[in-house]
Amino acid sequence: MSHILPYLHPVRVATMLDALKCRILVIDGAMGTMVQSYKLEEADYRGERFARGFDSQHEPARDVITQPGHDLKGNNDLLTLTRPDVIGAIHTAYLDAGADFIETNTFNSTSISQADYHLEHLVYELNREGARLARTCCDAAAATTPDKPRFVIGVLGPTSRTASISPDVNDPGFRNTNFDELRIAYREATAGLIDGGADTIMVETIFDTLNAKAALFAVEEVFEERGGRLPVMISGTITDRSGRTLSGQTAEAFYASVGHGQPLSVGLNCALGAKELRQYVDVLSQVADCYVSAHPNAGLPNAFGEYDETPEDMAALIGEFARSGLVNLVGGCCGTTPAHIHALAEAVAGVAPRVLPKALGIAA
Amino acid sequence: MKSPNHQMNAIPRHTRLSGLEPLVITPQLLFVNIGERTNVTGSAQFKKLIKEERYDEAVVVARQQVENGAQILDVNMDEGLIDSETVMVRFLNLIASEPDIARVPVMVDSSKWSVIEAGLRCLQGKGIVNSISLKEGEEAFLHHAKKVLRYGAAAVVMAFDEQGQADTCARKVDICTRAYKLLTERLNFPPEDIIFDPNIFAIATGIEEHDNYAVDFIEATRIIKQTLPHCHISGGVSNVSFSFRGNETVRQAIHAVFLYHAIRAGMDMGIVNAGALPIVDTLDPELRERVEDIVLNRRKDATERMLEIAERYKSKKGEVVVESLAWRALPIRERLAHALVHGIDAYAEVDTEEARQLSTRPLDVIEGPLMDGMNVVGDLFGAGKMFLPQVVKSARVMKKAVAYLLPFIEAEKLRTGDTAKTNGKIVMATVKGDVHDIGKNIVGVVLRCNNFEVIDLGVMVSAQKILDTAIAEKADMIGLSGLITPSLEEMSHVAREMQRQDFHLPLLIGGATTSRAHTALKIEPHYKSPCVWVKDASRAVGVAQSLISKELVDAFMAKIRAEYAEIRERHKNRSGAKRLVPLEKARAQRFDGHWDDYRPPAPVKLGITVFDDYPLAELAEYIDWTPFFSAWELSGRYPAILKDEIVGTQATELYADARAMLKRIIAEKWLTARAVIGLWPAASVGDDIEIYREPGAGNRKPESAGPAPGSRLSATAPLATLHCLRQQVDKPVERPDFCLADFVAPKDSKVPDYVGGFAVTAGLGIEPHLERFQREYDDYSSILLKALADRLAEAFAERLHERVRREFWGYATDEVLSNDDMIGEKYCGIRPAPGYPACPDHTEKATLFRLLDGTANAGIELTEGFSMYPAAAVSGWYFAHPRSQYFVVGRLGKDQVEEYARRKGWTLAEAERWLASNLDYDPE
Repeated sequence: MSHILPYLHPVRVATMLDALKCRILVIDGAMGTMVQSYKLEEADYRGERFARGFDSQHEPARDVITQPGHDLKGNNDLLTLTRPDVIGAIHTAYLDAGADFIETNTFNSTSISQADYHLEHLVYELNREGARLARTCCDAAAATTPDKPRFVIGVLGPTSRTASISPDVNDPGFRNTNFDELRIAYREATAGLIDGGADTIMVETIFDTLNAKAALFAVEEVFEERGGRLPVMISGTITDRSGRTLSGQTAEAFYASVGHGQPLSVGLNCALGAKELRQYVDVLSQVADCYVSAHPNAGLPNAFGEYDETPEDMAALIGEFARSGLVNLVGGCCGTTPAHIHALAEAVAGVAPRVLPKALGIAA
Repeated sequence: MKSPNHQMNAIPRHTRLSGLEPLVITPQLLFVNIGERTNVTGSAQFKKLIKEERYDEAVVVARQQVENGAQILDVNMDEGLIDSETVMVRFLNLIASEPDIARVPVMVDSSKWSVIEAGLRCLQGKGIVNSISLKEGEEAFLHHAKKVLRYGAAAVVMAFDEQGQADTCARKVDICTRAYKLLTERLNFPPEDIIFDPNIFAIATGIEEHDNYAVDFIEATRIIKQTLPHCHISGGVSNVSFSFRGNETVRQAIHAVFLYHAIRAGMDMGIVNAGALPIVDTLDPELRERVEDIVLNRRKDATERMLEIAERYKSKKGEVVVESLAWRALPIRERLAHALVHGIDAYAEVDTEEARQLSTRPLDVIEGPLMDGMNVVGDLFGAGKMFLPQVVKSARVMKKAVAYLLPFIEAEKLRTGDTAKTNGKIVMATVKGDVHDIGKNIVGVVLRCNNFEVIDLGVMVSAQKILDTAIAEKADMIGLSGLITPSLEEMSHVAREMQRQDFHLPLLIGGATTSRAHTALKIEPHYKSPCVWVKDASRAVGVAQSLISKELVDAFMAKIRAEYAEIRERHKNRSGAKRLVPLEKARAQRFDGHWDDYRPPAPVKLGITVFDDYPLAELAEYIDWTPFFSAWELSGRYPAILKDEIVGTQATELYADARAMLKRIIAEKWLTARAVIGLWPAASVGDDIEIYREPGAGNRKPESAGPAPGSRLSATAPLATLHCLRQQVDKPVERPDFCLADFVAPKDSKVPDYVGGFAVTAGLGIEPHLERFQREYDDYSSILLKALADRLAEAFAERLHERVRREFWGYATDEVLSNDDMIGEKYCGIRPAPGYPACPDHTEKATLFRLLDGTANAGIELTEGFSMYPAAAVSGWYFAHPRSQYFVVGRLGKDQVEEYARRKGWTLAEAERWLASNLDYDPE
């Protein structure tokens, strides 16, 4: 009975760790805004298999007259199955722009989020196929640039519910989900990501740390079942300039709460632009004894809810993060495009990555 | 022995807990209070609220706990008639929605594992499980511990095994050691997340076997803390006094005495009602003695003797000493002025109240008589007729008066919206990585006396916190302080951050290692707005006033900027004019130890020697008083200073106060002095010194220690390597360019030689006294105590060096020196300290502390900036060569910095950062 499991893919992990020691690595940018640019319609989302608004393979006997299907437009994760060409093209665009890491298209692939589309049964498949598609794109890119290994981040999103905040203002003790429900949902997703060939698991856009703790718990359970682990990445979300997560934690408290997951990296993404995010990334870079990541939005949304920070502006800010020694991994979240990632990759190229604190100051 | 998981980290290994906010358990916290009222087994009131489902009121109990200083909230719902799991979840979800409660971590407390798990599933922060144990065997224990890890919590581990609860010291230690090994070796459980509860049982029960229970706990605590690195010790304190139920005075006295000893032994957390605890020093001496008799089990009849007097303490009144002096007959304004100028705080509140009744608004008392009095003080200080110690005493009177008026002013403000006017607001802090604050506190006091509002953020403050506070408080300026050299870099970092974040506030720089030149060269160029070095407290007011005044600031800054520009210019020219010699040449001109005919003495006792609780009275005789007076900005050598024409009276008074406090420090054991020394075989290799493990016993007499066979010496892998720096000064051939390594025989000479190391502190236990002075608004006593602790630590270093020369290394057995001669360093051998001129690299302290295990053996922690905590601490190396001497390494060429970086395994940038103050060139 030991707590330390071997890695499932030790060689790939060693390659990743070597790369992290030498340079700042680049994570890809937004999926949602890229999908929007294809102006896809309901029919694209449905494809053949879901033509009637439900899964014809899962419910072959269902009658569309008495039990009509549901709108699936907006369920971007489903495109992995129905328009793999679109998702694959986006992955490839980011790889061409210089991304070292591709995030799987699985942000909403949990039973809790898929319940909105009545597709809970698809969760394992969405994760497995999401990882497999990203794997195929990464392997293709790595074949053309063998000196630059590419990695698949298996994404576990936050779900649409919160375990430590009451949705009912009149009853602060009420919850619409709980640790065990989340844990079971994340287990299923994690198993799919591993089977599809993900290199790491990233619990990201964490606005409620208790959700993330359930995810980390589930991930450990799956690792134990498989007798091996993947590196775990953790990325929280500071929701506004109060400097706290939606569930009220400061960046340092957040780190204390997830450190037990033995993360490869801890970082922040979404909600803020690089400028606003900097001081919280700075906090993590001071307390974390693992690698530090940052993938902010392309600035704050403008009056129309659009992100309009240019690749050059964002790269200038992220370049300063890098030169100040704050980060090991950078990337983009909402509103970022391959052009942003390209600019980021150029801005951090040749800048030394943040040194892990254990290596600081002590000569062995 | 150490566990295999024990490792040296550059950042200290601290327990990181969290609610909405982090709780990092550093030694500075001394003792973490765990709130105990939200526990149905301990509070009848809380149990009633829970059973009747009066959750709103139950949440109020939790809030009160946090407001009253609980740093962690213990929640226990173990009650037969309620569904503990459901209630635990309900209550934790409720308090999670209250940000002022949820900010602290939760301790989930239950004897049922299912209840603990239900609780853990509700915590977004990192909490604590109370508890797990070996009661049901190893398998269940490890199973629970693994779950604890997976949920992300720390754990209380009870000293409980298959045989039952541990009562003796040996059993407690055995069980805890076994649990520690299982956790760290089998599960890789972080040792800092293990909190042992070695069982506090009731004493003085009349049953003889119980008499030693407190001693067993305290001793077990001491051993566990020494042998099991990074763990914590906790316990339920109220158990110990159980046999005195109903006699609160005696119970609290027992708790206070018990905690006093337990905390000194290493207990660092506890479930305790901290607000109710008396301070040990304020206990009636008779009560204290008899309580100590039972707690420490000092005599057979201790229990009977305790019972004899216990009844008397059911109601006890203090007595009042009245003194009557002529000035008390003066009118009220003059009385206040007199009290301020003479620093008499005894009547501050009475007189303030009298003045308040005569005033229309409470604020008038401050703006009228109090400020008038302080203006007199300010004028006298400015004119050199009053000295710092007096000003600090005056400030104490002022602070007490203002504290008294504050509630009245607040009430008035609510009515009228009026607020007091100050000269300006300054945010002050000792920078990140540094714990020294005597000078900063003095500056704060002096500024406050001159009607500046001072927001003091304390020590080890990050740049962002300083800047955020300055914005939030709308401060007018920022003041930074620091004593050790890495702080200079941090100050430069703060300046760069201020520029980057577009600050325009003036920045003041102060502290012992800062200088006009450093500020001009390394700080001011990074910040476009005013940045001024402040030489000492007496200059602080002038600088602050010049910066705040619209009329003065431009002329003042023009003068400062011109001055700094000139310094930079001079520096540029000087570094061109007076060049360093290349490292090769400096090495060729090394100090010659004459290794052919000098045989180094072998130590009498090799290896580590630990000094626990060294007698303070012995150290008092070794105090060097001159630096004590300079800390108070009184210049002159002791004892002549006492008769000095200008400062003599003040120096004499200060000396009398210091002596009186020193007497109490010793008699009442305010401070504990601990130390560790080590002596090891060593050889120099270039500019490095290799240190070897203790050779076999039996060969220890200096006379019989023949040269060790070379093969054996070189075959032994070094225990550690000390990296030394060499002077690169252009000197005539007969004068060597020194390096500490020169004082140790070269490895290829095959001459056996030795090096020593030491770490001493006299600052353990200082916190409760400082807190007490803080509560009493008594900066004077607080600064006095810190200055004395510093002196005692230096004296301790001096005394130990003497004993090393005479006993432990024993190369000067017949040395007899007076204290003056010792202060004048008229002895053979040196004890240079890392971070000081002969070895300016602070990070070498990490090697020193690893060799000595200074944290476990002497209770001294290193901060991330390699500052020692407690601040009253000294550490360094011993060299015995008869011609070894102190020297200043001074400026370093890039050739040496590059080579040094290679030897240390650093990048060049890292080396340049740590050696920033010594660089002879501007790094890239």
